[in-house]
Amino acid sequence: MLPAIDVRQAHKRYGSVHALDGVDLCIGQGEFFGLLGPNGAGKTTLINLLAGLALPDGGQLSILGCDVVKQYRASRRLLGVVPQELVFDPFFSVRETLRLQSGYFGLRHNDAWIDEVMHHLDLAGKADTNMRRLSGGMKRRVLVAQALVHKPPVIVLDEPTAGVDVELRQSMWRFIRRLNRDGHTILLTTHYLEEAEALCGRIAMLKQGRIVALDSTHNLLNSIAGFRVRLKLAGDLPAALLPQMVEQADDGYLLALPSCQALEQVLAQLREANVAVQEMSMQQPDLEDVFLQAVGRA
Amino acid sequence: MPLSFQTLFYKEVLRVQKVAFQTLLAPILTALLYLLIFSHVLEQHVEVYPGVRYTAFLIPGLVMMAVLQNAFANSSSSLIQSKITGSIVFVLLAPIAYWEFFLAYVMASVVRGLVVGVGVYLAALWFAQPPMLFPSWIVLFALLGSALLGSLGVVAGIWAEKFDQLAGFQNFIIMPLTFLSGVFYSIHSLPSFWQSLSRFNPFFYMIDGFRYGFFGVSDISPWLSLAVVSGCFMALAGFTLALLRSGYKLRL
Repeated sequence: MLPAIDVRQAHKRYGSVHALDGVDLCIGQGEFFGLLGPNGAGKTTLINLLAGLALPDGGQLSILGCDVVKQYRASRRLLGVVPQELVFDPFFSVRETLRLQSGYFGLRHNDAWIDEVMHHLDLAGKADTNMRRLSGGMKRRVLVAQALVHKPPVIVLDEPTAGVDVELRQSMWRFIRRLNRDGHTILLTTHYLEEAEALCGRIAMLKQGRIVALDSTHNLLNSIAGFRVRLKLAGDLPAALLPQMVEQADDGYLLALPSCQALEQVLAQLREANVAVQEMSMQQPDLEDVFLQAVGRA
Repeated sequence: MPLSFQTLFYKEVLRVQKVAFQTLLAPILTALLYLLIFSHVLEQHVEVYPGVRYTAFLIPGLVMMAVLQNAFANSSSSLIQSKITGSIVFVLLAPIAYWEFFLAYVMASVVRGLVVGVGVYLAALWFAQPPMLFPSWIVLFALLGSALLGSLGVVAGIWAEKFDQLAGFQNFIIMPLTFLSGVFYSIHSLPSFWQSLSRFNPFFYMIDGFRYGFFGVSDISPWLSLAVVSGCFMALAGFTLALLRSGYKLRL
């Protein structure tokens, strides 16, 4: 089966900046894939290359086997992109915007699907409202709807929930999950790591134009052994435990421990130092820990 | 033609219609003010062609000036606006070929240029009624001229990164070339140096050929004008298409 997205040795330079430095990435059909990285890591550059908004300096990129440069018409028909910036055409209403977008993709009678997309994104009541009169959240919904008007098998969401309220975020994810269940491949970039953890089956982490981690979300989370424990103590943390401390705050100390046996040793050392434990809570590693580790070590 | 081209063309025309006060009515009013003032001041003093009133002589020039300026304004302002607001991304994400992009913007410019031109002509009939001896020449030069300026507008809209730069293009290139092209006079009334210089101005050929369609009289042969204007259009269209194909300033 053809990969939904295939990137081989993608390079992109902007002057002296190597925005993408030999990226290889293969995303299978039907995957919900996360692309994470700090600002300037190259996430949007990679998306721009896939969408044809920028031209690669080297390498090959394809959508379902269609080269994004040589077969740009076919590859763009297969791809729906929700851009990061909140952009809109101020001359048109929501329905006009979606009809025009359908036309750009060669679809003449698309009102049934447009109505369905508007319904799922709670836009039906604003169909005839001019884009200028919509709130930021509503404009974001229209961007999602525009990316979906041509029913693309591959959908790229570049930080789609930035600045969006919780309610909309939830309804948007319900719809995107449904699309993924129906067989659409989703590529997501987000700064909300808990979203990526909850939604994505596989994740790649970019730093300075290179992939520094690529695995299933499960494996990435398991790659950080152990757990963290937050302790509120009656006295100071004994000096012997300082190497395990990752954070000190008003509400106590955060220690990183490799195993449950290590926790027993910590408690023994506290008893030996005659320091009473007032509160204790355990924390499992999350994607943020993985992200910080991957980005920090690379 | 592909639906993607038809839609982009329709979108551009719809945009003009949505702001018709600014894109259609305002330029018609401006042209009429020129006509009112110049004809009032010069009607009794100037006779450019024998037996032709100055106001009648002026009308074709003003009509063509409106056609050219509005054709340029249409593609250039639409592109710079969509670049600055970022909405150009919707067109760039779509499977639209570079030549479809070119045709859609240029044809929408032609439509706006012609609508404004017809509006100026109809309103100007209240002041004078110039004859229309060769309508096919009129249509031919109006189409070629507006397509040429629409294409130039695409280049300017792609090149400019802010409204300031586009205004510079309009004020320092389009406006002087239009005003020094014989809209208000025949080049035979100029000193020989300026007459020779005028022959390097492509706008002169557009105006002169267009005016020939009305009076059957022109400063130079309409065939020469047709050759120059066609040549300029083909060269500029080729340049614009190459620019679009390379993705210059659009696909970074």
